[in-house]
Amino acid sequence: MISINEVLETNAMVSKMNLDVRTITMGISLLDCVGADVEDTCNKIYKKITTKAEHLVATGEKISEMYGVPVVHKRISVTPIALVGGSVCKTTDDFVKLAETLDKAAKKVGVNFIGGYSALVCKGMTPADELLIRSIPKALATTDVVCSSVNVGSTKTGINMDAVKLIGEMILETAELTKEQDSLGCCKFVVFCNAPDDNPFMAGAFHGVTEADCIINVGVSGPGVVKSALEQVRGENFEVLCETIKKTAFKVTRVGQLVAKEASKLLDVPFGIVDLSLAPTPAVGDSVGEILEEIGLEYAGAPGTTAALAMLNDQVKKGGVMASSYVGGLSGAFIPVSEDQRMIDAVSAGALTLEKLEAMTCVCSVGLDMIAIPGDTKATTISGIIADEMALGMINQKTTAVRLIPVIGKTVGDTVEFGGLLGYAPIMPVNQFACDKFINRGGRIPAPIHSFKN
Amino acid sequence: MKKRIVTVVGKDSVGIIAKVCVYFADNEINILDITQTIVGGYFNMMMVVDIEKSSKGTAAIASDLDKIGEEIGVQIKIQHESIFESMHRI
Repeated sequence: MISINEVLETNAMVSKMNLDVRTITMGISLLDCVGADVEDTCNKIYKKITTKAEHLVATGEKISEMYGVPVVHKRISVTPIALVGGSVCKTTDDFVKLAETLDKAAKKVGVNFIGGYSALVCKGMTPADELLIRSIPKALATTDVVCSSVNVGSTKTGINMDAVKLIGEMILETAELTKEQDSLGCCKFVVFCNAPDDNPFMAGAFHGVTEADCIINVGVSGPGVVKSALEQVRGENFEVLCETIKKTAFKVTRVGQLVAKEASKLLDVPFGIVDLSLAPTPAVGDSVGEILEEIGLEYAGAPGTTAALAMLNDQVKKGGVMASSYVGGLSGAFIPVSEDQRMIDAVSAGALTLEKLEAMTCVCSVGLDMIAIPGDTKATTISGIIADEMALGMINQKTTAVRLIPVIGKTVGDTVEFGGLLGYAPIMPVNQFACDKFINRGGRIPAPIHSFKN
Repeated sequence: MKKRIVTVVGKDSVGIIAKVCVYFADNEINILDITQTIVGGYFNMMMVVDIEKSSKGTAAIASDLDKIGEEIGVQIKIQHESIFESMHRI
């Protein structure tokens, strides 16, 4: 029999520590939606999404009510659109029509984001891949809830530097096209190395080609729960610290597993994975930066931060893996800047720099995330930052990502407000030394030696 | 059996249990177990109930309990027991 203390503990996690299931993401394959022309394809895409996801939002709300745990987001990921539109889209505007269809379908079913306006070009770009990438600025400027991602590298293939160069230019163009909203378009775009096929988190979610027709993936959260647990073990040694994080991660992930199984049952869609991530929000008490402080750092970014984050990330995985039958996605600690109040504070205090964040991404679950930089940053510099981050992923056999927002018209010292979960951020300084000759070489960086395992 | 966990949290006062129990009796909800404790001056009660015979579903009961909670100044929640089982039992 469950004891009253266990019940109270669970409910306190929800009411006082921001425990929630961050997202139920339905992955939908659109490979069977390729039509005779663009219009036919759009119609098939709209029909499939609105049919498969018709009850997604209501189901999420029902589960939330049943267990008393908020299910914050209900979202959709689809097959990378470069594959779906490859045979019918002949211009960038053709691809934009597909983006508009995704936007319309997502709004119809009531989800708040749809991911998969994507291309997988880690070794090379097909003409369709390139068209899609070139269409990203317009697609993100003309839609509201469509998220885009491009995988430009992997441990197995190396890094497609032509794509890295092109994406630097596209990020600036996206910023320019959405400058009236503080370059908000860039918040909906992420570039990856080793992108997972089953990631439920935006902006990088897409439904990989290795996946079934339709699946349910769930992303859990819970930085506030870990932070509160660590308050109880202040001054204790690392053994106690690690045990506490593991146990907490286990409990948080169990909630995700339960919700995922229930959603799968109610929607009659197979369960894919639980992504056991610590995903912060701008809310006080829902911050990974705060956990790092509780571990013993004055601010995130202080010496010791990389070690603390490595330990945190590892313990979250160790605790979470046993709690779920299938773990996947990004799974680990996210370190976005604008979406985490204490990370914002650390940047404002001068404790956290872009270079330190880069080091932290070697051991966190993703990468440079939601970082606002000056709007006059050169495209090649953005590509250089992307290349560095992709190299970390390629060599370390992990997912890395870059979501930079060059805010047009703003510079270091300014602050940018994106609103809602996207939060706000101080503009961070970028290294001003050039890398044009490096980026302009073209071609690709070969796969690293340790990828040859056959 | 459709087991649910009902929690009542709030400032202690006369008649909290009575009010909740009367509602359960009126709606054919069987109480299987009651535990209560006072933490930091706050009244915490947990009831394990079976709602199988009740004509009302969890959502309807939840909204009724919300209203009762408001009347007597406490917070009453009803949840599926599996969330607690999942989190605290391997």
